[in-house]
Amino acid sequence: MVKSPEEEHPQKAFGWAARDPSGTLSPFHFSRRENGDEDVTVKILYCGVCHSDLHSVKNEWGITRYPIVPGHEIVGIVIQLGNNVKKFKRGDRVGVGVLVGSCKTCETCQQDLENYCPSMIFTYNSTSQDGTRTYGGYSDIVVVDQRYVLRIPDNMPLDAGAPLLCAGITVYSPMKYYGMTEPGKHLGVAGLGGLGHVAVKLGKAFGLKVTVISTSPNKEDEAINKLGADCFLLSTNPEKVQAALGTMDYIIDTVSAIHSLGPLLAMLKLNGKLITVGLPDKPLELPIFPLVMGRKLIGGSDIGGIKETQEMLDFCAKHNITADIELIQMDYINTAMKRLSKSDVKYRFVIDVANSLSQ
Amino acid sequence: MAKSPEEEHPVKAFGWAARDHSGHLSPFNFSRRVTGEEDVSFKVLYCGICHSDLHSIKNEWGNAAYPMVPGHEIVGVVTEVGSKVEKFKVGDKVGVGCLVGACNSCESCSDDLENYCSKLILTYNMPYHDGTRTYGGYSDTMVASERYVVRIPDNMPLAAGAPLLCAGITVYSPLKYFGFTQPGMHIGIVGLGGLGHVAVKFAKAFGVKVTLISTSPSKKKEAIEHLGADSFLVSRDPEQLQAAMGTMDGILDTVSATHPLLPLLGLLKNNGKLIMLGVPEKPHELPAFSLIMGRKTVAGSAIGGMKETQEMLDFAAKHNVSADIEVVPMDYVNTAMERLAKGDVRYRFVIDIGNSLSATKP
Repeated sequence: MVKSPEEEHPQKAFGWAARDPSGTLSPFHFSRRENGDEDVTVKILYCGVCHSDLHSVKNEWGITRYPIVPGHEIVGIVIQLGNNVKKFKRGDRVGVGVLVGSCKTCETCQQDLENYCPSMIFTYNSTSQDGTRTYGGYSDIVVVDQRYVLRIPDNMPLDAGAPLLCAGITVYSPMKYYGMTEPGKHLGVAGLGGLGHVAVKLGKAFGLKVTVISTSPNKEDEAINKLGADCFLLSTNPEKVQAALGTMDYIIDTVSAIHSLGPLLAMLKLNGKLITVGLPDKPLELPIFPLVMGRKLIGGSDIGGIKETQEMLDFCAKHNITADIELIQMDYINTAMKRLSKSDVKYRFVIDVANSLSQ
Repeated sequence: MAKSPEEEHPVKAFGWAARDHSGHLSPFNFSRRVTGEEDVSFKVLYCGICHSDLHSIKNEWGNAAYPMVPGHEIVGVVTEVGSKVEKFKVGDKVGVGCLVGACNSCESCSDDLENYCSKLILTYNMPYHDGTRTYGGYSDTMVASERYVVRIPDNMPLAAGAPLLCAGITVYSPLKYFGFTQPGMHIGIVGLGGLGHVAVKFAKAFGVKVTLISTSPSKKKEAIEHLGADSFLVSRDPEQLQAAMGTMDGILDTVSATHPLLPLLGLLKNNGKLIMLGVPEKPHELPAFSLIMGRKTVAGSAIGGMKETQEMLDFAAKHNVSADIEVVPMDYVNTAMERLAKGDVRYRFVIDIGNSLSATKP
């Protein structure tokens, strides 16, 4: 007989889970595996609320198995180490992002690209190597193979650093891979949410000119005065869009709602690159003419490898980049999810797990 | 009052033109400009029939101005050169492709990428610098600025070389630009027509492994035995698609009808690139998930610059690459267009202008 979530592992754990596609989260008792030789056990202090958590609890991608404990922007303190773990010690400030496992032997894993391994295991809603489901960071502890644990730099605040573990790496990786880092070039960031606001900060750190492309006029002031963007383009204003045609070297499209790629492609210069990182649940409209007539390119990217994630964290610490967050209590989570679905957050909720997750 | 096509220039010319969007072509008297200081004039011997000619004469892209003389795969022999022309002399074998002008001063032009200049002038159906419409190669003579004329290599047959001026450069340019030329790479070519068959030949000349992807099982034998493709994949067969998933470094998509991109993206390895060359009238659907989950790319490419076009011809001559053609007389052109619309040609019609056009003069 299949064991219940509470019984399947030896270590007791507590968190909040969604039980059905309403996505409503509530207290949930479950368990974590024994800390193995390669493992690190983390007492969770904070966990970011990623839009993917919302997609997942409501089963918008059709792949959710309930009960689901989301959360893949996890930071905390090491409380236990396996015998083979040498790079961490008790008390270290660490993080866990979107991945907790992969095959480790395929070509992509050997290239430190665990995020493209066909057998990768996500931090939640995936199946572990032992056949049990993975549960994420809206919980008190997590046990993770050391390969997938990141070190949080000393000068980085834990709460504002948490969202970098997904939002940060998701924009940093393609910016590096697609060469969107030449100082003086012009970057457009479409969508000013969790991913977008970090992309603006990274863009400025790389020495780029940054234009935020958004449908929300009320985001202009913050975009320029707080985040440091050079310009703000209201994409519902035809005159402004016209003036921006053929002006951008790169665009990162963080928007997960359905939209046509036509207008964004038109804003690119010749040979321009549009990188899509948002995950809409239906296909996007792709007009071919602008692609062909300007030798433009649309690329995708999915989070980043672990080595790259550490590199990103160190880069952010050096440039004082963290997320802009709203710290919330665990029991605020359902309200936070509703607000998130209306983009009513500047720009990431982070759950104060240690101080508010009580049984 | 605007002058008639016959009167607007001093030199008489004769060709075949479409008068309306039925696309029916018939004899047409018009005129060409005098050979200017930088111009090369030549007697047209052959002109390839490109599918773009068919799209254009039927106004499928909505920008046709009639009468229209199509044809942008033009080869012939030089009859006169302007005083400042240095690269060509009378008697040279030359060609003109899709472009006859650009601004010559922008960043694209300075990078020898006239094909991406915002002021580019196409060989037919566009206003030239002097305000008159350009007329293409279904005609007896051609005048073009030296920069837009290429030399046909000595060992290249003229008729079979003509289609390289559009089809050839359209596939050569992305093969180079997107790096599909490393020996050992695996490249897919979608569609076996004018572009597709030349793409297979160039890709094999670069030493890559080639899989031809087609909806027609009947094309397999030719693809493998005649064109040299390494394998053939029927894109409507789910089992064949499944077996080939994640095996290709790049794909050149030459199909101009709208079609699903999802199966093609699935064929790519991680970091693979799908390059679109065909331009349908309606947008495609792009499943973002497929791009994201393998860090894949979709991109486009349009013909090539003039320097690159010459490089392509020289490469083709060196590797004995030319098009597979069916030579037709001028008065067969309307039938050829009907057959082209049904994909009934292996793989390019080429009009024997030199030997058949003058016989059609009224």
